[in-house]
Order: sequence, then structure tokens, then C-alpha cells
Amino acid sequence: MIAEAGHYALVLALALALIQSIVPMLGARWGDPALMNVARSTALAQLLFVAASFAALVTLHVTSDFSVANVFENSNSQQPMIYKITGVWGNHEGSMLLWVLILALFGGLVAAFGNNLPLSLRANVLGVQAWIAGAFYLFILITSNPFLRIQNPPIDGRGLNPVLQDIGLAVHPPMLYLGYVGFSISFSFAIAALIEGRIDPAWARWVRPWTLMAWIFLTLGIAMGSYWAYYELGWGGWWFWDPVENASLMPWLAGTALLHSALVMEKRNALKVWTILLSILTFSLSLLGTFLVRSGVLTSVHAFANDPTRGVFILLILCVFIGGSLSLFAGRASSLKQGGLFAPISREGALVLNNLFLTTACATVFIGTLYPLALEVLTGDKISVGAPFFNLTFGPLFVPLMVAVPFGPMLAWKRGDLYGAAQRLMAAGVAALIAVAVAWAWARGGSALAPLAIGLAIFIVAGAVSDLVERIGLLNNPVAISLRRARGLPRSIWGTAFAHAGIGVALIGIVCETTWNSEFIGTMKPDDVIRLAGYELKLDGLSQQLGPNYRELVASFTVSSGGERLAAMTPSKRNFTARGASTTEAALLSRGVSQLYISLGDPTPDGAITVRIYHKPLVLLIWFGPVLMAWGGLLSLSDRRLRVGAPKPAKALRGGLQAAE
Amino acid sequence: MKRFLAVACFLAALGLAAAHAVLPDEVMADPAKELRARNLSRELRCMVCQNQSIDDSEAPLARDLRLLVRERIAAGDRDEEVIDFLVARYGEFVLLKPRFERQTLLLWLVPPLLLIGGGFAVWRRTRRLGTDESEAGNRPLTADEEARLSALMAGETAPEQPPSGRPAASRISAS
Repeated sequence: MIAEAGHYALVLALALALIQSIVPMLGARWGDPALMNVARSTALAQLLFVAASFAALVTLHVTSDFSVANVFENSNSQQPMIYKITGVWGNHEGSMLLWVLILALFGGLVAAFGNNLPLSLRANVLGVQAWIAGAFYLFILITSNPFLRIQNPPIDGRGLNPVLQDIGLAVHPPMLYLGYVGFSISFSFAIAALIEGRIDPAWARWVRPWTLMAWIFLTLGIAMGSYWAYYELGWGGWWFWDPVENASLMPWLAGTALLHSALVMEKRNALKVWTILLSILTFSLSLLGTFLVRSGVLTSVHAFANDPTRGVFILLILCVFIGGSLSLFAGRASSLKQGGLFAPISREGALVLNNLFLTTACATVFIGTLYPLALEVLTGDKISVGAPFFNLTFGPLFVPLMVAVPFGPMLAWKRGDLYGAAQRLMAAGVAALIAVAVAWAWARGGSALAPLAIGLAIFIVAGAVSDLVERIGLLNNPVAISLRRARGLPRSIWGTAFAHAGIGVALIGIVCETTWNSEFIGTMKPDDVIRLAGYELKLDGLSQQLGPNYRELVASFTVSSGGERLAAMTPSKRNFTARGASTTEAALLSRGVSQLYISLGDPTPDGAITVRIYHKPLVLLIWFGPVLMAWGGLLSLSDRRLRVGAPKPAKALRGGLQAAE
Repeated sequence: MKRFLAVACFLAALGLAAAHAVLPDEVMADPAKELRARNLSRELRCMVCQNQSIDDSEAPLARDLRLLVRERIAAGDRDEEVIDFLVARYGEFVLLKPRFERQTLLLWLVPPLLLIGGGFAVWRRTRRLGTDESEAGNRPLTADEEARLSALMAGETAPEQPPSGRPAASRISAS
């Protein structure tokens, strides 16, 4: 009964989406407020019905109703409750339902909080949202219905894929989808603007918070996924240039570019056409990512769906939306006039440079990911494009971008002073040189370029700090005045500084982990002691243990340093009874932001076991950086200047409207 | 400039994923040769795996390939010879970094060409904008918007008053 109700709710949501995709847009065309207002109610009702449908699926999983195919295939009565719930989106059908739930959520948010938007713009935006939603409801209902019943219900389910039985599954996909799908809003805004043939800085101001929100979630989602892979896959790697990772990286790169170009558009009424194009491209890349992952066209560790009919359906959605939006863009773009002149050396110029490098980096990932596929389809030849290719091409693109990062906020709008900016970055430059010297003196082995990269990272962090220091006048004023100025500083300035510093922090982690990582690979018997990076690790013993739905082999290590006992580490290998699969559960010990990492190999017949022990210096900075970036985004988002229509900042609002004249 | 170039090369020289599946019995006695073997392993694909190098993979085939690489190195092959040997045996598919050939021309050339082309377009655009002084004209405001604008301007004198009749604020911020 619950399954049928969930199914029915989804059908109703489709019906609502169809209404929403036509009526409000006609209303906008005819200038009929009643028709335009339909969008608001349908968007909210859609959210209600999709949420009901999703709740139905969650209920089925929680109550282990194995008469439903989706539950049978992905759940098991022995499974802990948390994995029964996360298992809802740990499979193709369920994750698509989560996808449309988040899409409906964003639509509902625009409907509920978009009162400050012009009525016709809101109607058009929600109309476009409904096109996307409708296409995906159809996709789920036709090819991936999660509510299908089984004729003869089995007694127990097959259980969730063991690799996915982790808290990471509770956080990573929802975060990632909030990011992916969040970009649909900027897409809909772009299409609505093209339909209305009207775009101005106010538009950029409306779009930016949504883009920023999506970007924050995507940043956290990617970082979270990377950390999950790091501890779960047991190789200690954290970025594999896997096609599925690339699928999430592409919208992130394009979205980052979009954030920056929307800034230029909002402040200076320039880069309009480009910003619209980026909005379209960013969400197109999200759709592409969905296609790559969901169709199973790229076989990779994440692809757990393998059915060509689905692939063709999503490909169709992809072609219609990308092709359609780009045609509309091509037809209308020329009527959007460019405004806002600026000199090459200016804040705008710096942001253009940012966009140039980010989009090229994005294109590089794009071509590297799809090239083998295209080549195989066209010529039948199989080639591989993997990490070495991306490191070689992506790295050199990012280095100049990172060198330029501290200069951006230092340059004035319209016409900047590069020499002046360089002077103000003198302190940061000196800090960078000291960092290079220290790293050089301290480093033993590893790439000779690593100290230079550390210097670059310090330059970015110090550059962000010196921008703040200068803005609050810390060096010229008493501390009390500086503090007051710091409080008065717009949140978006703080946001910029945190986000930019985050890049530097992540870079430090990346360089240290890859260059000065030490490892031990060998077999150990109980009571063997290994010395690694100043730590002694003693294998105390091996034991078999029973978990809720698995058996595991646990190795107990005692970690000590200089004779002082620090902690115990217990890596394990789990065997899952329901699927007969096994996972490696690495043990991690954080010392500051460095980590010891132990993962188990196979036991040998003579009672020993293969172990891999790594010391990863400053590795946590790799993920701390993105968290800082997301925090910066959050600060920017809370900047009152972004809350359009709020009664207080009348000045800001007037500025926006004046620029629109 | 020199420093910049050096930095530019840096990430290239770095294997980003430092993951390892090498088993103790595979490790070569000579650390220099082992390092060569490890570096080569990172560029070779485990063909039965999904996007894993033979350095990462625990599959039996990856182990065989790792041993093969070490065998060739022990036999005195240079790095290129090892690669050639493996390509002759398993095809281009084994290389995670495709060679620069007719087939992979686009793959290698698109990123630099895009950067150069994009840079050129930006340069031309700024030059043209520099000579074209006419500010772009937007569509004039509609009567409704004019009214709203003047309401806003009026509202500025009494800032606490929501200018339009609509419910006051949007709270898009951090929700």
C-alpha cells in the first residue's frame, strides 16, 4: 500500500510539473498575474508530493518490506538502521528519487522566498524548473521505478553494497546533489532571462545567492566524497581522477567561474552574455554528470547502474536541455548588450582571467573524461586517460590561477594598479619566500618543486590575510579601532578571504601528502614492531569479531612515540554475509593535522598478516581547505547585500536598480 | 619567471594519488630500481579494473603486471623500453597517459589551444571595448517598474518601511 501511494504521489508530482511548465509561462507571456501565480502553488505542491513519495520509499526500507524489488536488492533485515535509511539513495532508483526531491526542494524555495522577484521572472524560472523536473519524473516512472513489487516476496534482502555501508553515504550523495541540482536554479534564471530578453545587474544579484548555495554544497560534497574514498577504499588515495569524480569536478569548476563572473555582472553590468552561458553550461555539466554516473556508460567504481535504456533516456534529456538552451542562447545572446567598460588590469580583468583558467581547466577535465569514450565509439580503439594525464594538464593550468588569486581582491574595479597591488602583497611574498626556504631546508627527499608549491600556498594564505589586515587598517590604527572596522567589514569580504585562503590550505595538504608521505609495506606477526616517521607501531594481535551483519578480522596495534604510549589502532577486514563481499576498514590516527593510516592485506598461512602503514603529513589540510572555502561561501551568503529586497539596505537595492536602467 | 616555470612543472611531476597495492615480496632490492618501478606502475592501467593503476590495484592481473615491470627493469630495460614492451603486448589501453599521436592529437591540444584562443578573445574584446565608448543601452523600465523604483527611492527616506506592498524580505541567506 505504501509503495503504491509513493508511486502515485510521484505521478501526481509529474502532473503538477506539467501544469507548472506551461501555465505560468503563458501567464508571463500574456501578462496575466493569476496564471503566473499558479507556479507558486504548483511548485510547493510538487515539493509536498515528491517528499511524500520519498518518505514512502524510506518507510519501505526502514520496515524492510522485501516485496518491493528496490528494498530486496539493497537492504537486509540484519542491516543497522542507519544503513537501512541511507540505503534508500545507495542505489540507482532511490538516488534518482533523491535527485528530484532536491530539485523540488529548490523549486519550492524559489516559490516560497522569491517574493522579491518580478512576477514574470519568477513564473518563467519556475516554469523552466518544471521542465527539468517533469523530464526526470518521467525518467523515474518509465525506466527506474523504485516502487516495483516482486511477485513472490523473498524472506530476506540482498543487502546494501558493503562499500556503501558507511556514514559517508549519509552525507556525501545528499550534499553532492544539493550542489548539482542547486545549479538548476541559475540555469532556470538564465533561460528565463533569455525568454524575457532582459538581463541586468539585479538579475545577477538574484542568481548569486542560489549559485553560492549550490557551490557551498558541491564543495563540501566533493571534499566529503574524497575523504570517504580516502578511508574506505583502503589505498590512502584521495583523488583518483575517476570519471565519476570528474563528473562532479566539472560543475564545480564551471560553478566557481560562474560565481566570479556573476560578481562582475552584478557590480559592473559587464560579462552578461558570458554569465548566462556559464549558467547554462554549469547545469549542463551537472546533467552530464548525472548521465555519466547513472547510465553506467563509464564503468568505474561508482557506477552501480548498468542498463542501456536508462542511458538513452538520460541522453535524450541531456540533448533536449543542453541543445535547447544553447540554441535559445545562440538566438538571443546577440540582443543582450554588453556594458561596463574596464581596463585589462582591474578587478574585472582579474575575474576574467579567473574565468579563463577555470573554464579551460573544466574543458580539460571534460575532454579527458570523454575522449576515450568518443574515440572508442568513432574508431573502436581503446585508450585510457587517467591520473597522469590530468596531473600533467590540470596542474599547469591551476598554478597561474593560484598565483593570480591574491591579486584579484587587491585590484580596484574598472582600472586597477598592478604595481600597487604587488607592493601591498610584498609581505605575503616575503612570507612565501621564507616558507620556500624553510621547506627546502627541512625537506628530505621528494620533488624539488614541492617547496616552491608550499611557497605558493603560503602566498595565497598570506595574501588573503594581508587583504583583511589592510582593509581593517590593523597596522595604522589602534587595535580597538581595527576590531571595530573588522566587525563593520562586509561579510562578503571575509568570505572572499576565507575561500581564497582555503585554496592555499588545501594546496599545502596536497603537496605534503604527496611528497613527504612515508610508508611501510610488509608482513607482520604479533609482537612485531615497525618504526615509521618517529612512531613505533606494535602489532598486539589478531582477532575475529562479529558485527551486526559481517564478520571481521581485527588487528590491534599500539602506537607509541619515544617510548610513550599514544593510542591503539584497530584496522580490520570485513566479510559481509549477505553479499559475500569484503571491505577493508583502515584505521586512522590523527596527530594534529597529520595522520597515521593502517590498512590490512591478506593473512598469510603462518599467522602473519600483510599490512600497509602510511604516515601522511598534514593530510587533513586537503579537506580542511574546502571546508574553509565553504565557510567563506557561507559568510558571503549571509552578507546582507545579497538579501535582495530586504528593507534595510535601501542603498544597495537602489544601486542595483539604477544600474538596471 | 624562472620560479614560475618551475612551479608550473611542479604538479606535473607529482603523482597525485599516493596509493599502493604493492606486496612485500614484489619489492626490488635496489631502491632506485624500485622507485622506477613504482613510478612506471602509476602510469600503467590495470586493464581488468576500473580506472586503477597497477600500483593501486589489488587484482591478480595488476600483480602480474607489476612483476613484469620489475622483471624488465631487472633485465636492464630503460623506462621507455618497458613501456614499449607493455604497449606491444597489451595495446595503448595500458597507458594511463596516452602518447601524443594522431589519435590523441585533440586530447592533448585542446587544453593549450583553448587557453590561447580564450586569452586572445579576451585580449581582443578588451581592446574593442577600449575604443568603443558607447555605453550599452538596456530596455527601458516598464511603467510598473518605474513605479516600484520611485517607491523604493521614496522608501529610502523611511528605511524601515518595506517599499512595495509585497511581504517584506526574502531570506535567501544561509538556510
